[in-house]
Amino acid sequence: MSSQAWINLAYLVASMLFIVAFKLMTGPRTAVRGNILGSIGMAIAILAACFEKPVLDSISTNGPWPIVLLTFGAIVGGVIGAIMALRYPMTGMPQMVALLNGFGGAASVLVAGAELASALTASRGTDPVAQLSAQANLSPWTQFAIATAFTGFIGAVTFWGSLVAFAKLEELASFKKAWTDPRRHLINLGLAITLLLLFAAVCANPHWTILYWLLVAVASVLGCTLTLPIGGADMPVVICLLNSYSGLAAAAAGFVIDNSVLVIAGSLVGASGLILTAIMCRAMNRSLVGVLFGGLGTTQVNSSSDDIYSGKVKSASVEEIAMILEGASRVVIVPGYGLAVAQAQHAVRELATQLEKRGTTVEYAIHPVAGRMPGHMNVLLAEADVPYEKLREMDDINPTFPETDVAIVIGANDVVNPAARTDPKSPIAGMPILDVDKARTVIVIKRSLSPGFAGIPNPLFAADNTLMYFADGKKAVLDLVAAVQKG
Amino acid sequence: MNCLLSPMLLLANATALGEDPASRFIRLLTVFLLAMWVGFEVITKVPPRLHTPLTSGSNAISGITVVGAIIVTGEMATGFGTFLGFLAILLAMINVVGGFVVTHRMLQMFHPKKK
Repeated sequence: MSSQAWINLAYLVASMLFIVAFKLMTGPRTAVRGNILGSIGMAIAILAACFEKPVLDSISTNGPWPIVLLTFGAIVGGVIGAIMALRYPMTGMPQMVALLNGFGGAASVLVAGAELASALTASRGTDPVAQLSAQANLSPWTQFAIATAFTGFIGAVTFWGSLVAFAKLEELASFKKAWTDPRRHLINLGLAITLLLLFAAVCANPHWTILYWLLVAVASVLGCTLTLPIGGADMPVVICLLNSYSGLAAAAAGFVIDNSVLVIAGSLVGASGLILTAIMCRAMNRSLVGVLFGGLGTTQVNSSSDDIYSGKVKSASVEEIAMILEGASRVVIVPGYGLAVAQAQHAVRELATQLEKRGTTVEYAIHPVAGRMPGHMNVLLAEADVPYEKLREMDDINPTFPETDVAIVIGANDVVNPAARTDPKSPIAGMPILDVDKARTVIVIKRSLSPGFAGIPNPLFAADNTLMYFADGKKAVLDLVAAVQKG
Repeated sequence: MNCLLSPMLLLANATALGEDPASRFIRLLTVFLLAMWVGFEVITKVPPRLHTPLTSGSNAISGITVVGAIIVTGEMATGFGTFLGFLAILLAMINVVGGFVVTHRMLQMFHPKKK
């Protein structure tokens, strides 16, 4: 068997390991093993790449330099990655994932750019075989040319989109507000047309490398202008979509260098991101186009909030709430992004422990889009040692609300707004929600009556069975814990 | 002369590689579509509570582009290309190692701590 065949076999093993890794991600018990198998697959692919013919040829002409470069790059990158991953607080996971995702996209852009540079040199070189193959690749509209343009385009959008998403999630001051300039659609349209033309230009003239970098530059601007207008609550969709893009960029790079492991791993990630994007959109009852170009409810001013709230909102003291909780036999906690902001996950767990000591059943109702990334609430509560059996999904827990004595809503708003069910004219009409209003008593811990991301009032706050407790999430829950302990 | 030569070059290249460009493209496209299909089938079964680890784990796998980076850097064909490739290795390795470690950390939390 030739050495190239062994390398291809190693790539095949790596690809199978990636598929098994995804397969094992379906269960919390097997997921750890899945992740480890995925990393083994990656290690195999990386080692195999070091034995590719171009690398070996280069070692025989350049001496140890290629080995030094590869080892140095891999070790420095790996150490930086490991330090980032270990140091970053668990609550900042959405940002961390966005940032890492961006790096993958940027790497694909650079790989395609480097391939282009090396093909250009080879086409003018002295080695006749390499020259022929490079000249063939640099002809107009070849797989090489089209895939290069594609990689540059998607990779650059991924990188800059992810950086903007990172800045938004990190709540950097200048990125806090969504960019809502009405001219943005026009700007994006102009950029898209420019990109289309540049894309065709790169495909037709792959040997003009400057065109490739122009394409990358314009795609970078588009990556920013597409992500800047997107508001916080739509972040789960954006993260999934960018994740998908980084996979597609890697797959496109695979078409550039004619390498199947890149294509397989890239398309697996692309598929995963697309599915999660679809799931997130469904959970918000919105179309992907609506998320990308919409900006839901940012323009409408709702005058009816006074009619809905006036005189009907009841607020309660800690002691009253503690008394209600003492009489409850089943309590459901509904966390939202506010819980993450207030860092109240440990306090909530403490409250649940206190209640459980008295024989109360405590469960958590998790809406699919609660938080800033898919599954955000699960990770947050798992960090506070909440057993995952207690984290119940929406369809699973909704039928149990009528038998629930107390539902405690912490930092969630739109995902518990009954208007989605009752008011067909509401902007969130039809969005699947957690039916907390059907519980006997609803306690809403919130700083004020301010609307959620959808910008609409929530009739739940004025319902007869709802008690509001206006305070910061963490402080409120800690006070509750103290009151329950005393009682 | 040039326009006559270029198709001949293409042909020569194809025979040198033993595969014509169209077949090569279709081979990769087959791989791409089948892998997408497998991805769709497998990932639809991941429960929502594992969506965050799934996102970060797949994110690590998207760092596979490091393979391309290694080949183009190790080749050391041009100074500029090698420099770009080296940067790509750095970024892709941050993506790969960071992604797997973060996912591992997250998944550890889903297990009740041993007392």
